[in-house]
Amino acid sequence: MEILLLIFLPLVGAVIASLSGKSQGVKTLAFIWSLLSLGLSAYLLSVFNPNSPEPQFTYDYPWFLYSGIRFQAGIDGISMLMVLLTNGLIPLIILSSFKHHYRNPGAFYALILFMQSGLLLVFTALDGFLFYIGWEAALIPIYFICGIWGGENRIRVNLKFFIYTIFGSLIMLLGIIYMASHTPDGTFSIQSFYKVTLDPATQGWVFWAFFLAFAVKMPVFPFHTWQPDTYTEAPTAGSMLLAGVMLKMGIYGAIRWLIPVAPLGFAEWGPVALLLSITGIVYASIIAFKQKDIKRLIAYSSIAHVGLIAAGVFVWNVKGLQGAMIQMLNHGVNVFGLFFVADILIRRMETRDTDKMGGIAAVAPTFAVAFLVILLGTIALPLTNGFIGEFLLLMGLYNYNLWASVIAGLTIIFGAVYMLRMYQRTMLGNTNEGTLNFKEIDGTEKLVLGIVCLLIIVIGVYPNPILHISEATVKSLVEMVDGRIQGISTTF
Amino acid sequence: MNALITISLLAILILYLGLFKAKRALLPVTLLGLTGAFVLTVIEWNSYAQPIFNNMMQFDRFAVVFSGITILTTVLVLILSKDYFERISANVAEYYALILFSLAGIIIMVSYHNLSMLFIGIEIMSVSLYILAGIKKRDFSSNEAALKYFLMGAFSTGFLLFGTALIYGATGSFDLAEIREYLVSSTKSSPLLYSGIILLIVGLCFKVGAAPFHFWTPDVYEGSPSLITAYMSTVVKTAGFAAFLRIMLYCFAPKQEFWIPMIVAIAALSLLIGNVTAVYQQHFKRMLAYSSISHAGYMLFGLIALNASSVNALFVYAAAYSVASVIAFAALILLQRQTGNDSFDSFNGIARKNPFLAFTLTIAMLSLAGIPLTAGFVGKFMMFSRTLSAYHTILVVFAVINAVIGIFYYFRVIISMYFKPEERAELTVPTGFKIVLAFSALATVVLGIYPEFIASLI
Repeated sequence: MEILLLIFLPLVGAVIASLSGKSQGVKTLAFIWSLLSLGLSAYLLSVFNPNSPEPQFTYDYPWFLYSGIRFQAGIDGISMLMVLLTNGLIPLIILSSFKHHYRNPGAFYALILFMQSGLLLVFTALDGFLFYIGWEAALIPIYFICGIWGGENRIRVNLKFFIYTIFGSLIMLLGIIYMASHTPDGTFSIQSFYKVTLDPATQGWVFWAFFLAFAVKMPVFPFHTWQPDTYTEAPTAGSMLLAGVMLKMGIYGAIRWLIPVAPLGFAEWGPVALLLSITGIVYASIIAFKQKDIKRLIAYSSIAHVGLIAAGVFVWNVKGLQGAMIQMLNHGVNVFGLFFVADILIRRMETRDTDKMGGIAAVAPTFAVAFLVILLGTIALPLTNGFIGEFLLLMGLYNYNLWASVIAGLTIIFGAVYMLRMYQRTMLGNTNEGTLNFKEIDGTEKLVLGIVCLLIIVIGVYPNPILHISEATVKSLVEMVDGRIQGISTTF
Repeated sequence: MNALITISLLAILILYLGLFKAKRALLPVTLLGLTGAFVLTVIEWNSYAQPIFNNMMQFDRFAVVFSGITILTTVLVLILSKDYFERISANVAEYYALILFSLAGIIIMVSYHNLSMLFIGIEIMSVSLYILAGIKKRDFSSNEAALKYFLMGAFSTGFLLFGTALIYGATGSFDLAEIREYLVSSTKSSPLLYSGIILLIVGLCFKVGAAPFHFWTPDVYEGSPSLITAYMSTVVKTAGFAAFLRIMLYCFAPKQEFWIPMIVAIAALSLLIGNVTAVYQQHFKRMLAYSSISHAGYMLFGLIALNASSVNALFVYAAAYSVASVIAFAALILLQRQTGNDSFDSFNGIARKNPFLAFTLTIAMLSLAGIPLTAGFVGKFMMFSRTLSAYHTILVVFAVINAVIGIFYYFRVIISMYFKPEERAELTVPTGFKIVLAFSALATVVLGIYPEFIASLI
């Protein structure tokens, strides 16, 4: 029952927010409402048993009888982290947009809360159909957020984004239907999906059907072309939602719905997926060197970082997956922080061009320090949150193949280069006319950046509780898939 | 059964009301009568299992649910007709009567148990529609529509009739059950029968506007008054597919390996032609006309996945398509009446001035595009899953690609309304329209979230 409350609480908030119309007070309402969700997930965390790999707080209701579709949801270790990420970031995102005066704020905050429901549905669904519904329910609001409140080129960019993702999702839907028509009991339940034994060639098709949807969402090279444009044109809250939470849907999907569902397909095509992920790391890093647009730079750096996480998933061992789990959380926090910093810069400077900035550290030292902490987290300095994640990911890759880990390890060096260069260009050097009167951060900005910096350092110093949450689930999932690959290979 | 009698009598009553100049009573009486017919239909759910009237008709669950949805959609369309015909002509009663007569034909089309009744039903419906398409007597395109529709319709009826005759020649009966019995028992394949089936399929594909027999649709849909187009693209289309599925499912299922490849080709062609041409349209009404061809393609999936649950799938799809189309046409009528234009650009900025209209139209477009949480998605999902389990994987993949193309043109409306802010005058939305919009939008969302309650009717 708790799970229903968790999923539908934001939806109720969305309805209330949409009714409240044009008053700017709706911000506070949305913020308080998202804190309720956060409180609820904190409560769930406190009663969650991390030593069990089974989904907890499950709810099961026959939804659509004749097709074997059930409203089946629950939270295991992997889901728990994603729920925490979603419900933790949404209040921060709402808080970070306090300084903006969006037109028609009721609709804006209603869409954010609506999206939160969709995301939570994705991360807790234990039924293929339900997963798909959540997948799309998270897409519709972000489409409108980017389309209504986005930049000048929003219409073209947004359509491209939508077409890419919907094409991937529809192919995934075919995969889901195909799997469901082959389950022993004819249902869409994930446990039944795990029991289907298809021949290797068919599993290959199923693998690609699911992979396409997840690869577009993450995005993995070469399905990433929508991403930099969309991140750049979206309003900042939209970029934060896209990069902070939404792309985790793809990685989460790969962990739960791709590899365990088509293990033989994965055994055959996993290396290709790994290769694509690693290519993306190098490719995006190189492009990031050249970027002067601060939002674009963050977008490309995000492709690189996500490529590393995806690579950690596709090597499929406990270290890599644990690294992916914690790094999803870290990437969420860090990319949110970066976009918020970018938002502060853009709002004050009224440009996205880093060449026009410089010397801001001298006029706004607090801001510069906060930016530096976020930056160090992003480039994985030890004792920051990025370090533990990338360390585990690279360990996982190393266990799989030395060269994979070497090339993927470049991301740290590359990342350091382009990130520090961005810092240098914006914060250091001489002040110019534009930056001379740069206003130091205040109020909600200070609060948000403070929370982000705190998270970066706390997770970096003491990551164990977080790793512990997902450990049991990850271990049992890896064992299950390895067992199935062995088991099925012997039958064919 | 009683619904058919009620509707026929109602049409005559309306003619008399017109004779006595009781103009104000026309619409309320029509709506009241149709509500009565709807209730009578619902009551008969599950009451007739056997054919009636010397095996001419069978009012089984299939007939009941499709009668129900067609009557309901007609009610929705007619609520939109308040003050509509008055602008066109002085003799309003005729139009209500004609719509009712065609609805009577439709009730026969969904409940026939004899090929001759199929023909009679289609003719009663079509003849009324030929006139309705041309009710704007002084309007050139309306005349063109009526003439085109009549010529093409008569032509296709010829095919249908010829096919029926050949089938009679081969099997010796017009009765669905007897034809089926013959097909099951006889092992020899007769060219007479096969030609008959082909001609029948061609005739019916003309009626439902599936490619390559679709050429009349865009012009007729565009030329006819928008209200009549709304009626044609929802009620008439649903009835055409119900008739189509009924004969193929109950009669020719034993020979399915012969005709299903044909339907597969027709479905694929309809999807492609409908979608690709719709992308290039600049006007909302014409876009709807072409998109209706592509929806015909999706609905043909119900025939391809031929089994008991394909009735279910077709019913849900037709219901979803009908309610969403009613919203689209309601918006179209408002727009045409108040701005005289229906290009996509004329939708710019509606979201700010008419948030309610924009919201409902968005739901309709999402539903037509097949986005989850709307009825259109459930319909497509059911069609796809049935067809996929019948092993037509490539066709379904093709359909998915087409569904993505569909997003291009359906989202143009949404993009215009929400993303292109522009100063414009507010459209006045009459109360009747508000009721229809709210009801249809609500139905679309409810069906999208909990389809169980209509999917389990059959």
